[in-house]
Amino acid sequence: MNTFYFIAFLSVFFSILVITAKNPVHSILYLVLTFFTFTIHYILMNAQFLAIVNFIVYMGAILVLFLYTLMLINLNKESEPRKSNLVKFAGVIGGGCFLVTIVAALKAFGVSQPVVLNDPNLGLVKNLGKILFNEYLLPFEVSSILLLSAMVGAVLLATKETKTA
Amino acid sequence: METLTQNIQAIPLNHYIILCVIIFSIGVIGVLIRRNAIVIFMSIELMLNAVNLLLTAFSVYRGDATGQVFVFFIIALAAAEVAVGLAIIVMIYRNTNSIDINVLNRLKW
Repeated sequence: MNTFYFIAFLSVFFSILVITAKNPVHSILYLVLTFFTFTIHYILMNAQFLAIVNFIVYMGAILVLFLYTLMLINLNKESEPRKSNLVKFAGVIGGGCFLVTIVAALKAFGVSQPVVLNDPNLGLVKNLGKILFNEYLLPFEVSSILLLSAMVGAVLLATKETKTA
Repeated sequence: METLTQNIQAIPLNHYIILCVIIFSIGVIGVLIRRNAIVIFMSIELMLNAVNLLLTAFSVYRGDATGQVFVFFIIALAAAEVAVGLAIIVMIYRNTNSIDINVLNRLKW
C-alpha cells in the first residue's frame, strides 16, 4: 500500500521538475523518469501489457524522438525566452483552479470503494489480444491508417521545400 | 508478482483520481507558463499519460478490459501526434530560427 503513495509522490515530484527545469534537455530526462514511475503504476495494477507498451513506446520511441529533435534544433545560441511573472502567476492560478474544482467535486462524492483486482488475467496480453481482435478489430485497422498518414505527413512537413516558384 | 499486486488492494479509487488530476493540472500549468514549444509538447504528453493512468485504474476497478484497449489506442494516437507535431516544430524553426511560440502570433493575420 505504501508503495503506491511513494511512487505517486515521485510521479508528482518529477512532473513538477519537468515544467520548471530551465534546460529543455533536463526537462526531457525528467519526463523519462516520470514515465518510468507511470510504468511502475501499471505494474502495480497488474496491467502488464500496458506497462510494456508504455515502457517501449513512450520511453523508448517518443522521448528519443523528442531528444533527437532537440539535438537538431540548436538551442545554445539563445537561452529560452522568459515569460513575465504576471503570466506565470496567472497560469499557476488557472491550473490550480482546475485542480481545486475537481478535488472539491470529488470530496462531495464521499468515500470511494478500494480498487480491487478481481480477475488476475485482466491486463495480460492474452486477454487483451482476444478483446482487441474480436470487438475492436475495425478501430485497430483504422489506427494503422492513422499511423501511416502521420508518417507521410511528418515526412512531407519536415523535408526541405524545393524551389516552388 | 503476486505480492506486488497484493499491495494495491487497499487503495481507494479517489486517490487514483486525485493523483491523475494533480498530474493533469501540472501539465496544464506547463502549457500556460512555458514559451518553449518543445516543453509545451512535453506537457501535453504529461496530460495524455495522466488520462491513460486514470483509464487503467477505472478498468481495473470495474474489471473491464475495454479501458486498457482504449489506452492502447491513445498511445498509438500519441505516437502519431508527436511525429506530426515535432515535424511542424522543425519546420517552424527552419523558417523563423526560433521555437518561441510568441513568434507564431503572426498566424493571427
